[in-house]
Amino acid sequence: MAECNLESKAFYNAIHQDVLIGSRCKDCGHVSIPQRLICRVCHSDQAEQIEFSGFGTLATFTVIYVPPTEMVEAGYNAKNPYCVGIVALEEGPRISAQIVGLDLADPGKIKIGMPVRKTVVERGPEDKRKKVLAFEPA
Amino acid sequence: MTKKLSRGVAVVGVGMSKFGAFPEKHSRDLFVEAYQELKQSVQNGFDPKEIEAFYMGNFSSDHFENQAHLAPIVASWVGLSPVASMRIEDACASGGVALRQAVLAIASGQCDVVLVGGLEKMTDLSAARVTDALALAADTMFEVPAGFTFPGFYASMATAYLDQYHADPDALLKVGIKNHENGALNEKAQFGQRISDVMASKKAKAAQKGLPIPEWADEMAFMKDPKANPMIAWPLRLFDCSPVSDGAAAVLLVSEELAQKYTDHPIYIIGAGQASDGALAERDSLSSVPSAAHAAAQAYEMAGLTPDDIDFAEVHDCFTIAEVMATEDLGFFPRGEGWKAAMAGETARDGKHPVNTSGGLKAKGHPVGASGVAQVVEMWKQLNGLAGGRQLTPRPTVGLTHNVGGTGQTCVVHIFERRS
Repeated sequence: MAECNLESKAFYNAIHQDVLIGSRCKDCGHVSIPQRLICRVCHSDQAEQIEFSGFGTLATFTVIYVPPTEMVEAGYNAKNPYCVGIVALEEGPRISAQIVGLDLADPGKIKIGMPVRKTVVERGPEDKRKKVLAFEPA
Repeated sequence: MTKKLSRGVAVVGVGMSKFGAFPEKHSRDLFVEAYQELKQSVQNGFDPKEIEAFYMGNFSSDHFENQAHLAPIVASWVGLSPVASMRIEDACASGGVALRQAVLAIASGQCDVVLVGGLEKMTDLSAARVTDALALAADTMFEVPAGFTFPGFYASMATAYLDQYHADPDALLKVGIKNHENGALNEKAQFGQRISDVMASKKAKAAQKGLPIPEWADEMAFMKDPKANPMIAWPLRLFDCSPVSDGAAAVLLVSEELAQKYTDHPIYIIGAGQASDGALAERDSLSSVPSAAHAAAQAYEMAGLTPDDIDFAEVHDCFTIAEVMATEDLGFFPRGEGWKAAMAGETARDGKHPVNTSGGLKAKGHPVGASGVAQVVEMWKQLNGLAGGRQLTPRPTVGLTHNVGGTGQTCVVHIFERRS
């Protein structure tokens, strides 16, 4: 378990340790990802850090043919598109992430609701490699 | 308790620059163009010294033009110094929020005459840099690293919408065709071309170059051709996306009691609402824009009107799916029915709920900070019977503007009425 820290950067520190963290409101039980101190449902400021299983389902997705600079640098373009989506974690909340390990030839065959599990992709130049959350078919 | 404005607010004149790509112009030049037209449109004229504040919507002159603190510069360029001038930044809703702040300034009694502006100069940057700059309107910590772009966000909403309602994706293409139809009748539009005109011009170009001349059975066939209309972010194609644009718009607001001094045909702002939201992933719905429904509810309540009282609307069609969702968020059609209405032509100029008679962001262009203000220009034109070839008949009485920032982290709605 990563150290309890409800500030935003702790999320990526945990990703670097291959752990997916969030928070649970101690008053109403609402679960958030990324973690946050103040509950958006009941406004309590009593939250605890939790760790997610990393399993969930695909809530929605797209396949991007015109990428932003960071993804161009990662090798993506119109002929080599990538999938990005929103995953509903089995603990409830949703998060945005790249979806890897899919055949993108016909995006119409990708199904909302398909089971996925957490993985990590590395991006950026050699000296500034960073780990980013991603999901793959489970 | 119903929230009312403490006193009434009226629009007494409007102006906008041509929208498009203008490599020789700075944003301030585009605003001067809009302001010059505004001066002409105020029937009895006005003395610039009467203006007490300048609210200016602009998303990112910092990134697009390497210029922050733009409002005082623009104010100086139209001769307004030392009037209080401020830039409002709420992504693509910057213009609509600037309008709202101006309305509140007048309603509060602190100002009687306020200039509202919106401007953006986007085309100096490469397409990739524009994509990067626009992505700053999303959560750069938790959304952008996933690989999302703005077409990508709306494409994901489209995927969710089409799946949830088993909707026909052709409905999205219909929205694009309709907005180009309207834009062809707007001399200020970036794309003054119907899709059939685009097809003819592609054929002519191929013939000129001695290339095989492409053949399409009709506009829908063109829209489905991956060469003519390539995929940007599945399922959204090029003609589902609003363009990168330069442009500016200006509106003069005065207190209701002063309106007749300036013009015999003011239009009155009778409803205003604004709401916010978190990142797309944390919303309960991925197939609607909840902040739009909240903002609309406030505006309808203030105006004492229902969606059926709205004769026409200018909505934020940054992508075709956004227009479909807007027509549901605003209550024109039930949830899951917006796509059917688009298919059936109910949002066309001769339909039950005309939407984006100006051509919308899609065809008119989307200089982001200007869009929310340019929507008011269309309100003025339609309500006053000045919309030329795209004029609605009978002349409408009540119109609505809907301006969204990001994926709906901000939405601002206004309702306008004529009384003459």
